[in-house]
Amino acid sequence: MSDWNARSDAARLPSSFTDFLRTERPDLLPSPIGGVGVPIEATTILALRFREGVLMAGDRRATAGMAIAQSDIEKVFPTDSHSAVAISGAPGPAIEIVRLFQTELEYYEKVEGEVLSLAGKANHLSRLIRGNFPAALQGLIVVPLFGGYDSRAGDGRIYSYDVTGGAYKETDYYATGSGGQHAKNTLKRLWTRAEDIDADAALRMAVEALADAAEEDAATAGPDLVHRIYPTVYSITGDGVNEIAGGDVETVSRTVMEARGARAGDRGPS
Amino acid sequence: MPSPFMYASPEQVMRDRADYARKGIARGRAIVALEYSAGILFLAENPSATLHKVSEIYDRIAFAGVGKYDEYERLRILGIRQADLKGYAYAREDVTARALANLYSQVLGEMFTAAFKPFEVEILVAEVGDPGQESQLYRVMYDGVMTDEEGFVALGGQEEALSAFLGERYQPMPELAAAIRLGVEALRNVGESEMSAEQVEAAVLDRSLTRRKFRRLRAADIEGALSA
Repeated sequence: MSDWNARSDAARLPSSFTDFLRTERPDLLPSPIGGVGVPIEATTILALRFREGVLMAGDRRATAGMAIAQSDIEKVFPTDSHSAVAISGAPGPAIEIVRLFQTELEYYEKVEGEVLSLAGKANHLSRLIRGNFPAALQGLIVVPLFGGYDSRAGDGRIYSYDVTGGAYKETDYYATGSGGQHAKNTLKRLWTRAEDIDADAALRMAVEALADAAEEDAATAGPDLVHRIYPTVYSITGDGVNEIAGGDVETVSRTVMEARGARAGDRGPS
Repeated sequence: MPSPFMYASPEQVMRDRADYARKGIARGRAIVALEYSAGILFLAENPSATLHKVSEIYDRIAFAGVGKYDEYERLRILGIRQADLKGYAYAREDVTARALANLYSQVLGEMFTAAFKPFEVEILVAEVGDPGQESQLYRVMYDGVMTDEEGFVALGGQEEALSAFLGERYQPMPELAAAIRLGVEALRNVGESEMSAEQVEAAVLDRSLTRRKFRRLRAADIEGALSA
């Protein structure tokens, strides 16, 4: 109990698990170790606002140079009852950062007896990403997207990040990762107003955007009808974070891919 | 002139410390915990709706403390730290009530013998088991003595009266509403006989919930159970 010192406890953040690790167990913090060899990369993630909240999605591919390192990786993680993080970049440090972030949010909630505000969560994630900056300089870049439902304001919000940890509030939609630009173009074309987009329409947009990114970016996988591997999709609304069932994503993926097949028309095989 | 050396036997010192701690604890209000069909119910007489005696530690583990607020609050945060540290460093399923109760036992035992004054608290660490598995209730006393309880447990000032009352009436695995009625009746019997639903702090570890099994009950839930 010798670590109970009222003054030093006030100077650190007594409700922050990260601060507790920094003083007591720095060896357990995600360590920004630089990359050697070809880093593994998780590629395209996106988020968009819809009527009830935020939808977040990620493709399932991780690459190492020209090789596909994993074809069914998960890139979207619920972080508490009303928020989720999607990751692009090096999955090793990214997943470690997400685990620490999840622990931090729950720790704060238990100690304080109330949840951190959505802006508070987004700012804390900034600090964690900034901590990874030395590794980013050596190639192990981690760039997340953060989405959550603000129960106090009653709306969904999206935050994008850069490698230095800068957090930017996005009003409508955002996509990042190697295929992010293409996915963003699709969302720009399809997205109208959050109030006009229901959950089904949002899911359709997300799958369209990831399918477009996969067509333009070799490191992004589209819906894989052969192996039945589909994008990970989560919705975050007033009811909380819910993963969209694989069957529903499959149905929408088939519709999207069949529409593309139909466009090839009677042209015949080329 | 320096004061003369006063001898006190270790027995006397320990007795004095125990009396001191017991008096402090007796001033506070009691808590009861009861195993019911879907988990563990915690009830306390607590006029404050925000300063809790019962709270969540980890997925299936809860904490209850009686006695001096700042002392059990410290122990609560210590427990959350330990649980989250362990779950983060290893895996969630590695966090157990037994390990936490052991930690509390060590800390309280050390405070009792070595610190300027002992902690005036009693702690309950409870873990709800999966269906078919037993739940665990560990009670840790101000001097670090730890006991493993079954069915129900009472802590705090009127602990003996509460235990006697519950011992006569508790039948294993009541439904939630029946457990609430019995627990509130026990608290009313030893304390405020007109205690209203708003004055009851209530929470459950409910094994039917997904990951985090801890849930607070509202005054309306208590009201509903009492009027049923």
